[in-house]
Amino acid sequence: MSEERRIEIHVPALARVEGEGALNLVIEDGRIAELKLRIYEPPRLFEKLLEGRGYHEVADLVARICGICPVAYQMSAVQALEAILGLDPGPWVRAMRRVFYCGEWIESHSLHIHLLAAPDFFGCDNVTELAKRYPNEVRRGLRLQALGNDLIRLFGARSVHPVGARVGGFYHAPSMNEVVTLREKLRAALPEALALLQWTASLSLPASEQPFTSVALRHADEYPLNEGRIVSSRGLDIASEEYEQHFVEQQVPHSTALHSLLDGAPYLVGPLARINLNFERLPKEVQAALRATGITWPSANMYHSIVARAAEIYYALGEAVRLLENYSLPAAPYVEATARAGVGVGASEAPRGLLWHRYELDPAGQVVSARIVPPTSQNQARIEADLHAALMSWGFAHSDEVLRARSEQIIRNYDPCISCATHFLDLRVQRR
Amino acid sequence: MKPKIAVHKFSSCDGCQLAFLNAGEQLLTLSELVDIVHFVEAGPVAPDEQVDIAFVEGSITTPHDVERIQRIRSQSHYLITIGACATAGGVQALRNLVDGQQWINAVYASPQYIASLATSTPIAAHVKVDLELWGCPVNTRQVMAAVRALLFGVVPEIRRDSVCMECKREGNVCVLVAKGQPCMGPVTQTGCGALCPHFGRDCYACYGPAENINTPALVNRFAGLGLLPEEIARRFLTINNAAPAFVDAARSVQP
Ligand code: SF4
Repeated sequence: MSEERRIEIHVPALARVEGEGALNLVIEDGRIAELKLRIYEPPRLFEKLLEGRGYHEVADLVARICGICPVAYQMSAVQALEAILGLDPGPWVRAMRRVFYCGEWIESHSLHIHLLAAPDFFGCDNVTELAKRYPNEVRRGLRLQALGNDLIRLFGARSVHPVGARVGGFYHAPSMNEVVTLREKLRAALPEALALLQWTASLSLPASEQPFTSVALRHADEYPLNEGRIVSSRGLDIASEEYEQHFVEQQVPHSTALHSLLDGAPYLVGPLARINLNFERLPKEVQAALRATGITWPSANMYHSIVARAAEIYYALGEAVRLLENYSLPAAPYVEATARAGVGVGASEAPRGLLWHRYELDPAGQVVSARIVPPTSQNQARIEADLHAALMSWGFAHSDEVLRARSEQIIRNYDPCISCATHFLDLRVQRR
Repeated sequence: MKPKIAVHKFSSCDGCQLAFLNAGEQLLTLSELVDIVHFVEAGPVAPDEQVDIAFVEGSITTPHDVERIQRIRSQSHYLITIGACATAGGVQALRNLVDGQQWINAVYASPQYIASLATSTPIAAHVKVDLELWGCPVNTRQVMAAVRALLFGVVPEIRRDSVCMECKREGNVCVLVAKGQPCMGPVTQTGCGALCPHFGRDCYACYGPAENINTPALVNRFAGLGLLPEEIARRFLTINNAAPAFVDAARSVQP
């Protein structure tokens, strides 16, 4: 292919990502002259619309940032607000929040693996095509996804924008009967989740190692969901209150999502980063299943993120079963709060990675200011760095179509949820 | 030939599209019955194709959106809005009540790079809409019922009575009467299954205004519960804050 040839491709949309964006790629003399992941999901300005709202209104509002991970937004928010209000909702709420969150991991990860990512590995355009060739695998995925939704519904009445979470706990405690029925369905699905993990590891995942920094929460003895310190694979170990001293968000002209950097450099959040930093916090059976894949953990290959996602489904099913094992009805599913002023932060592990919130309340308990840092804006700089390195080492002697497909696959490894931050990826390759 | 369907997205959280993506086996059945030609999040991309039914999620918030929705209208036989964003402007329409540009300036250091309108408006403010499905989010039952009816060539029937009526039918304890909570059920459209009262909490109107509602009576009731005027206004100004019946109610307490 002649380097003088100048080609411009315009593909109207990058499919199977959650959101709207585009990739600009300019190749000049065999080098990348420009590579920009453009996110142009129109901003919905949540941080401003929260101002003046009462603390009890926040959980229902922030859920609307993302239909795929509303639980994450609710969990980071209520924890930040409880820190301000000086509330300790106690062990029942703590355990049930974990169960609730497990539901979202199962739902979101299953959706991503089967509907968004897996078609790439079989040359299919979408899940319907994949379902014709692999009906059993796809149906297994859809069943797991449905179980995740059922678990969210148990505490939230519906799986998208659930209505059960509040500052102080839950509006409603599920009945013993509902819990036992669902718990046994989850237990029965454990072998399916294990089979899914093995299936993802058997896909032909390209070998592509890159040095990168992983960032995730780490808890003293649990795999992180709602609590922990923020740690990195380069030795960072801070309380979530110290986040702003190390992580800086920058606006770049080509995106409505702010780029976030750790000490000036890109970093990774999400399932692979979590496993890389918390492998030994996983139960023995999940560790064993991950080792049996033949992959060395921690892994520097971003294609292993699909295996990490499957492992987290397996983990979340088991964790929910464990936490629901001795379920008992609480005296009250929440503790009452009294308004007071202050500043508080909340960090939790959304399906796509660390989700950090900070609120300031006035004495009447109304929001003075809010700051929300979603996982996708944290991963954006890393996605660009990955594309850059991967395309450089892969070379440009491929058709534009092949380059585009490869770039999309790389982007999908990050499961970017562009609505959070910020939808449509369209790719423009220019060769000069 | 199979009927063609498209799902389009504007400013939104993607939650309403999940009525399809979370439908499991029903999604596979649907894709046998119809040809899903455009649905970016699920894979198919053909934004300019003529279709029989176009589902539209999201509100209009950029100059480009304004053009895109005109194109979608002209190539779609039947246009259905799904959700509060597409039907009433969504929670993001709260900016319409203030100076939207000021909000953009507050969030971004270089607002000149952000192509965003100062307002968030529903699809019907720009083009003719054939059917509105309310809810934040709409659920699988609503969207599948609409598809099924249209496949048989009939206009889907939508109930527009209140959550309050549904609560009574289900025998829920009334949270307004029994607990003194500022429940929006008396003025909110049915369709969700009265989920909030069933969970012992007040409805927050995510399905938008019901038909023939008496908002002044509810405003008085809330005042009787001790809510301040701005608290009453905020009850109406949440997910469907730009729905005319709710705007009027909010203005009546906080001009
Ligand atoms: S109506 Fe609600 S659920 Fe639907 S896209 Fe808008 S914010 Fe999301």
